Amino acid sequence: MSDSGAIHAHQFDDAAQQHEASWLGMWVFLATEVMFFGGMFLGYTIYRAAYPEAFAGASNHLDIWLGTINTAVLIFSSFTMALAVRGAQLGARKPTIGFLILTMILGAVFLGIKFTEYYAKFEEHFVPGSAFAYPGPQAHAAEIFFSFYFAMTGMHALHMIIGEGLLTTLVVKTARRRFSALYNTPVELIGLYWHFVDIVWIFLFPLLYLVGRHLQ
Amino acid sequence: MSSDHVLSVKLYAAIFGTLLVLTLVTAGAAFIDLGGNLNTILALLIACGKALLVILFFMHVRYSSRLTWVFVGAGFFWLMILLALTLADVLSRRWLPAVIG
Repeated sequence: MSDSGAIHAHQFDDAAQQHEASWLGMWVFLATEVMFFGGMFLGYTIYRAAYPEAFAGASNHLDIWLGTINTAVLIFSSFTMALAVRGAQLGARKPTIGFLILTMILGAVFLGIKFTEYYAKFEEHFVPGSAFAYPGPQAHAAEIFFSFYFAMTGMHALHMIIGEGLLTTLVVKTARRRFSALYNTPVELIGLYWHFVDIVWIFLFPLLYLVGRHLQ
Repeated sequence: MSSDHVLSVKLYAAIFGTLLVLTLVTAGAAFIDLGGNLNTILALLIACGKALLVILFFMHVRYSSRLTWVFVGAGFFWLMILLALTLADVLSRRWLPAVIG
């Protein structure tokens, strides 16, 4: 039987059970990712509760329009990822490759916008460290906000870069006819990963960009 | 896979459209002073709604087995334990200024 058939390893009763086990395994991994990002969200919450005004003031130095556009770009990439998975489930090779590449392009657009935002923050001396300079009150608490900003968006961006690498392997494997309507689990699981990274951003966006707009 | 639920493009597009609308709503609402912590609460409620749509439809959880539901729920349940127990300590400390001194 070829690589793309519904073969299953000997420890499974059938391909369906193997498929279910793969999904459960992926969700266990994603649960560890929830914990990983959860620690940073918890730290953020504690310091925001301690310095609410400073967090609101520092948040207003972020570019809300770039943040909103990036949220839309990432949601769009989740949509194209869902369509790529759909193509793989139907065994439609060319649409799958097309949507995977579109997803990668949108991911690159997100990272490009993030890069310009980082560049501006470096120029404005908002990067925590010896060069940090802040024009408003409670500079030290604002520095804590920017520490969380760079740690959380940086860790999110790292996940995006890893996702781009994973999508590249999917494009190559799909082009080499490694998947079919009977076997496409890697496409589905990397799709889950991509959607999870999208969810992290869905929470990062309001918590980092939308803290103090109403107070301006 | 026979156990796959292939969803329609129409459904995916509807979810995508809803997510975009919610993104605009949350960005727009951020400029309106709702008073107190209502801005933060509304932003987080919208974020939870968006995440739920992604999990249920884009991630196919709505069509997954009950066992998958348990695995998905476990991750978020433990996150709630992490947040709730820690914040129960940190946020309640200032309620007792006399004790802390």
